[in-house]
Amino acid sequence: MAMQFYASPEQIMRDRSELARKGIARGRSAVVLSYDGGVLFVAENLSSTLHKVSEIYDRIGFAAVGRYNEFENLRRAGVRMADLNGLSYDRRDVTGLALANAYAQTLGAIFTEQSKPFEVEICVAEVGATPDDDSLYRVTYDGSVNDEPGRMAMGGQAEAITGVLKNEHRPEMTLSEAVRAAMKALSSVGGEGGAARTIAANQLEVAVLDRRRVGRTFRRVTGAALTALLDGEAEGDVAPAPGRAKTPTVPTEEAKKPTTSAGSADLEGNAEDKPAE
Amino acid sequence: MFTNAGTSSFTTFLSKVAPEMLPGRRPLPPGMAADMAPHATTIVAIAAAGGVVMAGDRRATMGNLIAQRDIEKVHPADAYSLVGIAGTAGIGIELMRLFQVELEHYEKIEGAMLSLDGKANRLASMIRGNLGAAMQGLAVVPLFAGFDLAASDPARAGRIFSFDVTGGPYEETGYDAIGSGSLFAKSALKKRFRAGLSIDDATRLAVEALYDAADDDTATGGPDLTRRIYPVVMTATADGTHRLTDAETATIAEGVVSGRMENPGG
Repeated sequence: MAMQFYASPEQIMRDRSELARKGIARGRSAVVLSYDGGVLFVAENLSSTLHKVSEIYDRIGFAAVGRYNEFENLRRAGVRMADLNGLSYDRRDVTGLALANAYAQTLGAIFTEQSKPFEVEICVAEVGATPDDDSLYRVTYDGSVNDEPGRMAMGGQAEAITGVLKNEHRPEMTLSEAVRAAMKALSSVGGEGGAARTIAANQLEVAVLDRRRVGRTFRRVTGAALTALLDGEAEGDVAPAPGRAKTPTVPTEEAKKPTTSAGSADLEGNAEDKPAE
Repeated sequence: MFTNAGTSSFTTFLSKVAPEMLPGRRPLPPGMAADMAPHATTIVAIAAAGGVVMAGDRRATMGNLIAQRDIEKVHPADAYSLVGIAGTAGIGIELMRLFQVELEHYEKIEGAMLSLDGKANRLASMIRGNLGAAMQGLAVVPLFAGFDLAASDPARAGRIFSFDVTGGPYEETGYDAIGSGSLFAKSALKKRFRAGLSIDDATRLAVEALYDAADDDTATGGPDLTRRIYPVVMTATADGTHRLTDAETATIAEGVVSGRMENPGG
């Protein structure tokens, strides 16, 4: 008969934590920060199709580092939960806090009950009316949740990145300033001998939750728009995605009716098309 | 329940975790129930150059009564498509909301929008799910139209799909109407529709067709000048969906009404 060795619960938890931490530290990092016009996500990602940053709901975004299959599973779960709650109640009743709590429960249960914890760290960000109203929740592999003060970094060497980010970040920065600050923070580590390095624009995954938009606020920033932001040429707004209408500056009439889909609410109130009322 | 690997479809997910939220899954007592709930009436859709126009009147009826004067039956399904509902209003609105979530859900999970045909097929299967209730008089029939981003010719990218109670999407050429006044609206469109209309002309034509429907069908409401209630008119073009403002529809509807002052037949 096989002999069962005794391991103290403390030792088991420590081993699991170590496994998760090591797994997360191997991956590339991501930062999330509030800026004047919304919440910015920047992740170092070599793939343009396997996303680390995604949309969950109207004003909620998701960023993750670690093992792709594990956080992709969590992302899908988040979208399902948000869509189910939004349909059962109202679109306004889907909040980042509820989602962060659900993730904490799931990750906490996996950490204690399963033999291998999820090697992921995730951020649930909700954009508010002003940078002060934004909320960023960090949920870690063991299910602990932290409310972060307007900026956060995840992944390998997150502490060093956070240090740079803390110096660079101001809540009233423009999008271009915020993208460059994030870029500076991400590239401050990982060079030879711990020195800074350069990251090409095509290795960055960038997205925003645009606080001036009504309905679905999530947008990816890619290609020429991203290069322009990194070069500091486009100070203010990002160009709308091809085929999309420009951002209305005032909430449209449709937006006041949250029971209908906001899927295209942001497209219905082209401010420049409307006669002044 | 949320973390199981599986489908990108929200309705399939619902059928597993909350089947009572799907309109077709509720047990109904036997018997006809046709007159117990408000009915939404006429919707028209017209394909124009570079897009499609959909318009609906504002009346809901219950038997011989007007249940609501300002119901909204035309809605955006997603950023590039429109859905209008006729039939039992409550179930129709529920189906329409579910369809909106379905499209948005797929887009978020997969990172790409469904094709226009995919959206129409999805709507068809949702209508099919309601067949039992439809046979007891609680039928819902939608009209679906959208801008096809994959179309080779942008001028012909506006496409219209109609459905019957058993699902079955049928692509329509040029124009279509559904609801109690659809017979009259379609007759009007048959004589006035020309391929390649501009969006503005198609908008006016849609309001004219609804006027003709209201003229001959008591369940369809005409432009209500005293209460300032006008048809809901939406367009789907390469720029996305757009709802005409009340001021814009008021101008069009008043133009149609003043035209009919001189010639009631239009």
